[in-house]
Amino acid sequence: MIVFGLEGTAWNLSAALVDEREVLYEKSATYTPAKGGIHPREASQHHAEHMARVVGDVIAYARENDLQMDAVAFSQGPGLGPCLRTVATAARALSLKLEVPLLGVNHCVAHIEVGKWRSGSTDPAVIYVSGANTQVLALRQGRYRIFGETLDISIGNAIDKFARTVGLSHPGGPKVEELAGKARRYIPLPYTVKGMDLSFSGLSTAATEAAKSHDLADVCYSLQETAFAMLVEVTERAMAHAEKKEAMLVGGVGANKRLGEMLDIMCRERGARFFLPERKYMGDNGSMIAHTGLIMFKSGIRTPLAKSCVRPGFRTDDVEVTWGPTNS
Amino acid sequence: MEIGRGAEAAITLYEGTVKKYRMAKSYRQAELDQHIRQERTLREAKITSEARKHGVPTPIIRDISRFELEMEYVSGAKIKDVITPELSERVGEMVGRLHRGGIVHGDLTTSNMILQGDRIYLIDFGLSYYESSVEAQGVDVHVYFQTLHSTHDRAEELVEAFKAGYSRTAPAPEAVLKRVDEIKARGRYL
Ligand SMILES: Nc1ncnc2c1ncn2[C@@H]1O[C@H](COP(=O)(O)OP(=O)(O)OP(=O)(O)O)[C@@H](O)[C@H]1O
Ligand SMILES: [Mg+2]
Repeated sequence: MIVFGLEGTAWNLSAALVDEREVLYEKSATYTPAKGGIHPREASQHHAEHMARVVGDVIAYARENDLQMDAVAFSQGPGLGPCLRTVATAARALSLKLEVPLLGVNHCVAHIEVGKWRSGSTDPAVIYVSGANTQVLALRQGRYRIFGETLDISIGNAIDKFARTVGLSHPGGPKVEELAGKARRYIPLPYTVKGMDLSFSGLSTAATEAAKSHDLADVCYSLQETAFAMLVEVTERAMAHAEKKEAMLVGGVGANKRLGEMLDIMCRERGARFFLPERKYMGDNGSMIAHTGLIMFKSGIRTPLAKSCVRPGFRTDDVEVTWGPTNS
Repeated sequence: MEIGRGAEAAITLYEGTVKKYRMAKSYRQAELDQHIRQERTLREAKITSEARKHGVPTPIIRDISRFELEMEYVSGAKIKDVITPELSERVGEMVGRLHRGGIVHGDLTTSNMILQGDRIYLIDFGLSYYESSVEAQGVDVHVYFQTLHSTHDRAEELVEAFKAGYSRTAPAPEAVLKRVDEIKARGRYL
């Protein structure tokens, strides 16, 4: 079977076609804020402007290759309200036009499912790090339970905010990573772990402060080392607590090489396995929505129009995982 | 004899004394690694003893070195394995007393509590600190509730039982429990 998926919870509008085996086609349009962080309304205008082209392109591909779509999946939340509404409207229209069922997909669950699908992990502790989310999760009794999460801002947000204030251009993450490679020393910064929860806002502020009197490369390095060590520590705790022998990194910040390396070392030291999906499946993408839609569809789930309203605060643990292990 | 290995420490038992050694983690920067291990060892020694003065059963600390503590062995079951609403209520009373004493534990999970006879011992004070704010106490309770939700069945009952116990002994139970709800909502999408 073939499922069409549409993602657009924040900066990336992306549509894709997948079948059980692979991603058949994907088309994206990326919104880059002129300055500062994401403006929800601007982002949704961006999505609205590019919707016809992005969706049309995928539909054209399906036609040319004689592919029949069996369902339309869309990211229902969590995300920015205006963006979600633009996406949901387009998905509803397409599902009516194609006369196929609609599936509302949880964006965070989709990150996890596509990661498992592409990396071969079966039962991981998941480290989900992005511009909007920072969570450590694991499947227990049919739901992805949140073992730890940020108590204030996300790790991606903390790094981007720091980068902006010290004058690095958007997106700040890759620039901070590059500069960190040139550092010579570690500057102590606040390390805040509470149980399995984390706090990054004080760290971001302290790094900004430190940049006034220290070499910027050293600060970038220290910021990364501190933030990632917090995250790896919490992941290790969650693995011990939930008795998981695998860890998997997903979300846009997962592109950072140092974070992957640290998680890999931690896993090897405790006799566990670390899984890192391909980079293109780590950030927001249409394929993850299409794939999750597909496995949901196969387990019998449908989203009637009346239940297709957007869910900006959609929690990961609100979703009942009825589709069982997807890789075994 | 090794009796336990948490995420950060190796626990060995020798002639009634527990040795808790905080292991080096090679994934993290060396200076940061040493700083974390040393600071937590110190904190744990100090606040484990302090908590007892506020009516919270804890193991007696016998010795301390840079990355290692020696303490009394507490035999018994982890609350994680035996929890009931009655026990969760008593955990609530205990945490309330701790907070009344101006101490925040920092890692209130059910693996950090041991039931010996009819007493609940609290261990693992490496992330604890002195603070009496509603926010700090709220985060403390939030961590406990999160553990209940992520690892135990019928979590809601255990949560309610905790609240009853906590409300009897804590310095500001209403404000703290209200804050816990706010904290839970905060982790969500911005
Ligand atoms: N004094 C003690 N008496 C008896 N058992 C103990 C004692 N201290 C620790 N243990 C056992 O060892 C386990 C780990 O101890 P502790 O929580 O102090 O270490 P940890 O490595 O900091 O744990 P984690 O990081 O996983 O929370 C406990 O769950 C308990 O079963
Ligand atoms: Mg412990």
